[in-house]
Amino acid sequence: MKQRIHLRVNGEDYELEVDPRRRLLDVLRDDLGLTGTKEGCGTGDCGACSVLLDGKLINSCLKLAVSADGADILTIEGLAQGGTLHPLQEAFMEKGGLQCGICTPGMIMAAKALLDENPHPTVEEIRLALAGNLCRCTGYTKIIESVQAAAEKMA
Amino acid sequence: MRGGTARPVNMVNFEYFAPATVEEACALLARYGREARVLAGGTDVLIFMRDGKLRPRALVDITRIPGLEGISYDGSAGLRIGALATLRTIEKNPVVAAHYPHFVSAVREVGSIQIRNLATVMGNVCNSSPAADTVPPLLTMEASVRLVGPQGERTVPLTQFFTGPGQNVIAPGELAVELIAPPPPPHTGGAYYKLAARRAMDIAFVGVAAQVSRENGTLTDVRIALGAVAPTPVRATAAEDLLRGQTLTEELLEQAGQAALAAASPISDHRASAEYRRAMVPVLTKRMVRRAYELAGGEQA
Repeated sequence: MKQRIHLRVNGEDYELEVDPRRRLLDVLRDDLGLTGTKEGCGTGDCGACSVLLDGKLINSCLKLAVSADGADILTIEGLAQGGTLHPLQEAFMEKGGLQCGICTPGMIMAAKALLDENPHPTVEEIRLALAGNLCRCTGYTKIIESVQAAAEKMA
Repeated sequence: MRGGTARPVNMVNFEYFAPATVEEACALLARYGREARVLAGGTDVLIFMRDGKLRPRALVDITRIPGLEGISYDGSAGLRIGALATLRTIEKNPVVAAHYPHFVSAVREVGSIQIRNLATVMGNVCNSSPAADTVPPLLTMEASVRLVGPQGERTVPLTQFFTGPGQNVIAPGELAVELIAPPPPPHTGGAYYKLAARRAMDIAFVGVAAQVSRENGTLTDVRIALGAVAPTPVRATAAEDLLRGQTLTEELLEQAGQAALAAASPISDHRASAEYRRAMVPVLTKRMVRRAYELAGGEQA
């Protein structure tokens, strides 16, 4: 039986009716059309579905939408402000921190969560912060450089 | 359901409940009995449900119940962790780290930050995997689980909690509400080693926790727990008995490592062979006892 839930996503409020089996990931992508958040595994192993929920980095594939009722969600689409890219987005572009791009929204959300808490991370700290995000293309080097560059921009 | 998914989804059509109190939750759990499942962080439950392995008729979401997320410590009551305390909040708690470094070290090694922001330590305990990382340290801490149910409350020592892989003593209608551990004795150190393929995101091949209390060179108390090498996480009591009251020597450490094997009955699976696990138990036991001993003597973590 569908349940009514309220979500705030990227600053906008939504009232939705959802089947309890649907995940936050499904609602973001299919009901709200926010397809920046990706499904890579569905088991919390790859991090492609990472979003911030009430400021905390989570796998949206492991959160039932009904259990997220009332939450404040930030997705990759919420980073740019009125056409101006977030420094992380700029840095990933400038440094070439992506190839196919499927891991990139999740990587950027994880990097944002890191920089929110630790504005000057070491390489080791960046690696640990991104440990929940897999990339099959880049070998991670340019991803780490992108995060370092973003940290410098944001300092 | 609309929307592409990476693999076929086989999730049962369950009834979803979000009770506002422990009493309401227990009433639901009692009503549905073995057909009910508790949802907290969901990092195990949702995976099993999507696979079709877990098919509850009722999913009881306890995340709306106030008062279950607390973490507190004092020198007489010890540690109390509520059922909704996430791994991430424990990881970032300096008081818990100061008194139970092996526990926090284990918490830090579970999954990823994304997982730890959702997952609860109580969930790790109640999921009852033989390889659960938080359990060996909790066993050395002599932790207990407080359960609330239709017959009232009971507190079960963790050493009596697990009954098999994925199995524990929680009865239908009962909800685990709190983890409790006594304060560590003076001059106590703890260490945990997770042997796994990668530095994050993997499940342990072998997990060894040691908690050592010392008076100068004498081991006043020793507790050793093994994960991923038996149907449940276990205390290595033969190794503990060998060490307790003794002065630590290399030779004794070697004997204790071998004695720890008595508690292990590992299987071969896709992660590691039984032979490899048996080979690693003595190595890691020695390392963790030595490490805990050093920490107990005031050496830097």
